[in-house]
Amino acid sequence: MRNPLKPLVEKFGLPRVIIVTFFLFLVAAAGGFHMNLMQLLSDCLRRWGMFGILALAMVPAVQCGIGLNFGISMGIVGGLLGGLIVVQFRVAEIPVLVNIHPMFAMWVAVLTAIAIGVVLATGIGYLYGLLLNRVKGSEMTVTTYVGFSIIAFMNMLWMLLPFTDGELIWPNAGKGLRNTISLAASFSNVMNNTLAFKIGSLTIPTGLLLFFFFMCFLVWLFMRSKTGMAMSAAGANPMFATAAGINVNKMRLIGTVLSTVLAAVGILVYAQGYGFMQLYNGPMMMGFTSVAAVLIGGASPKKARIAHVLVGTFLFQGILALGLPVANQFIPESNLSEVARLIISNGIIIYALSQVKGGSGRE
Amino acid sequence: MNKNANKKALDFLFQNKVVIIFLILCVGATVASKQPLTFVIPELFTRIARNSFIVLSLIIPVITGMGLNFGIVIGAMAAQVAVFLTTYWGLTGISGFLATAALTTPIAVFFGFLVGKLFNYMKGNEMIGGLVLGYFADGLYQLLFLFIFGGVIKMNNSTLMIPTGVGVKNTIDFKDTIKYALDTVPMLTIVEVAFYAVIIGIVCSTAFKLAKKQEVHWKVTILEAAAAGAVYGLTFIGPVERFLSTDRLLLLSAVEIGCLATVLWQVFRFAKWKIQTKRGVEESGPNRFIPQKAIAYVILAAAVYGLTYVPALFQVLIVVKLPVMTYLCIGALCCFNNLLMRTRLGQNMRTVGQSRTVANAAGIDVDKTRIIAMIFSTVLAGWGQLIFLQNVGTLSTYGAHTQVGQFAIAALLVGGASVQKATNKHALLGIVLFHTLFIVSPLAGKELFGDPVIGEYFRVFVSYGVIAMALAMHAWKKTEKPKEEEKEDSEDKSIAIA
Repeated sequence: MRNPLKPLVEKFGLPRVIIVTFFLFLVAAAGGFHMNLMQLLSDCLRRWGMFGILALAMVPAVQCGIGLNFGISMGIVGGLLGGLIVVQFRVAEIPVLVNIHPMFAMWVAVLTAIAIGVVLATGIGYLYGLLLNRVKGSEMTVTTYVGFSIIAFMNMLWMLLPFTDGELIWPNAGKGLRNTISLAASFSNVMNNTLAFKIGSLTIPTGLLLFFFFMCFLVWLFMRSKTGMAMSAAGANPMFATAAGINVNKMRLIGTVLSTVLAAVGILVYAQGYGFMQLYNGPMMMGFTSVAAVLIGGASPKKARIAHVLVGTFLFQGILALGLPVANQFIPESNLSEVARLIISNGIIIYALSQVKGGSGRE
Repeated sequence: MNKNANKKALDFLFQNKVVIIFLILCVGATVASKQPLTFVIPELFTRIARNSFIVLSLIIPVITGMGLNFGIVIGAMAAQVAVFLTTYWGLTGISGFLATAALTTPIAVFFGFLVGKLFNYMKGNEMIGGLVLGYFADGLYQLLFLFIFGGVIKMNNSTLMIPTGVGVKNTIDFKDTIKYALDTVPMLTIVEVAFYAVIIGIVCSTAFKLAKKQEVHWKVTILEAAAAGAVYGLTFIGPVERFLSTDRLLLLSAVEIGCLATVLWQVFRFAKWKIQTKRGVEESGPNRFIPQKAIAYVILAAAVYGLTYVPALFQVLIVVKLPVMTYLCIGALCCFNNLLMRTRLGQNMRTVGQSRTVANAAGIDVDKTRIIAMIFSTVLAGWGQLIFLQNVGTLSTYGAHTQVGQFAIAALLVGGASVQKATNKHALLGIVLFHTLFIVSPLAGKELFGDPVIGEYFRVFVSYGVIAMALAMHAWKKTEKPKEEEKEDSEDKSIAIA
């Protein structure tokens, strides 16, 4: 007799079956403990929108052939700089804008931050792409350490940059920028609160989700365009693409820049939802989280789609959102969920890496 | 001629650019930190003793072509599990330390085997795989220490466990257990143990030869035994005994002994050479005795000895005290790394490192060789972490292992190693440079920018940056190679035409 589950497992892949089962188990456990499922679900939705764009940054990177981009910290620092500039000039408190509507001022602030972030990320991403074109075949290892290096380098810059606003620098004449910067006075939760509505205790952060879907749509549109198609071809089979007259290096450069830019946008969307910007070592492991999310959604180092981002981010963030309260029921005040996060996110990356070649010693 | 020498010098500079840059950086930072050498050098020697072993454990995987082994973190975790258990069982002193090392070994062998198995599935991606695997293992490690110890396995020990009884405390103090266990082994004990080991070795090898009916060189054997006995006998002389009964060796004494040993060794070789040339036997090979070279060595030794009379150096040399046993362990590992390469297994590793396809064609089991390399590296890293912990004296339960891989790898690379080539020299030089920078950079940051934190960030940046640079340069070379070969071909042709 054939196992009826087998084709299902083959289609979705073993790790996804495990993760989905685990997610359902968490939902059941949360229900079993009489927790407010609707509230937990709104938390899932909020996290989905917050992290989604960071995971989306993987799509152009994987499709253009540089593989999983562990170095999205390159874009993240660009986005953070944009955010810092907006806070420094207090864009959200400009009277002219506030007079129209406080929310409008906040939108202007966040969009300005995104615009600055995008410009910076384009520059950084271009240089980054040039580097990656020189290290074909080892991109993942290089990107990880280049990502770590830029974070460590920015750690020094955060200490030295001439920002003066009281929200940004340490009080009492300390040196350098703060570890976490509150966005309460600028653009905290602006997307989450726009058009948000409640069904019972389920809050839908409409603005946030719309922005996320809009970005997904833009990337989808780009992938369908002539350049996008050429980029995917260059990533899938560089030899064939070269033969077809596609400039592979240029396509990789475009993919890298796009990925970096999306990371810059992603970190600002994340920051507005979280209410704080984390500097210093805060964004260090963001690359790993995003990579894990798309992999959970079904992507591989060779192929990633928008659907993978949507599914993967929801599952991954859902597990995190549900995991914490459920774990606390088992062992109060523990960081069991943090441990679970480490194991799941890194386990899925290892699984994906071991599937790349699946070689024996005899090649 | 002059041009050629210039080119050679330039080539030398270019090949050692990383070392030279860091040498300049170290000297600059030391000057900027305004710290006296009497502070920097003792600190440096402490750090060399602590960290060398674990850096040296990276060499075998590099030779086997698996790149920089980020998986040594897992060896460090194995050591920490073992050290927690032996502390819990209440083992102390050097016997406790040896028991911990003995317990670390099987755990690390098992982990190394698993890592090796996994790496065989991700050939070419070992480095990123090892890094992620380190984080993954960290999750399992936390699961073990936070929930299984005390939660699943009942443990009653209020000094080690969190008051609730589930989970291990953040720091474990080794003050009354294994702190300095290895560092404080007296030289006298070392000589004694070495004597018995040599005697046992001689007896065993003789017995083996007799049993196998091989020829026994009785004269040589007796001479060896007598020499060992004489050295051991020396320890019964009053002043020598007093000198050896301490566990730390003054750096000054170490330098003096080193100079003396060099001179004696050259004299010995000279005598051997004289006898051999009389008999008409010619030595050959790279280790051939060359009188000019020997004289140069003797002069060098004399010069180094002379330098110890320079007041500034003398001041430094009399404050540094070396933990003898720890340095002997490091030396032993250097020898082991060299000796391994002379065995069949070592040659197999080298072949696998150069080309898996060629190795496979030559009948070498590639996968097995790679797994063995990982086991070696993991076990050695575990022991290295133990040496580190006994010197530091406290275990930060959830943090001590996290940076191990990164710092060890950065140190190796600073010494001039690359993803494909690493030697003992690279490791030792790298440790000196990297840790000098580590000691002085916060102080230099304070002097230059008025804030020590900048210096700390700088050293973290350096450790990440140097790894990123090494990886990028390795990948760059790999993609440039085909082009270069073409170029060389065309150069050959042009020479042929000329």
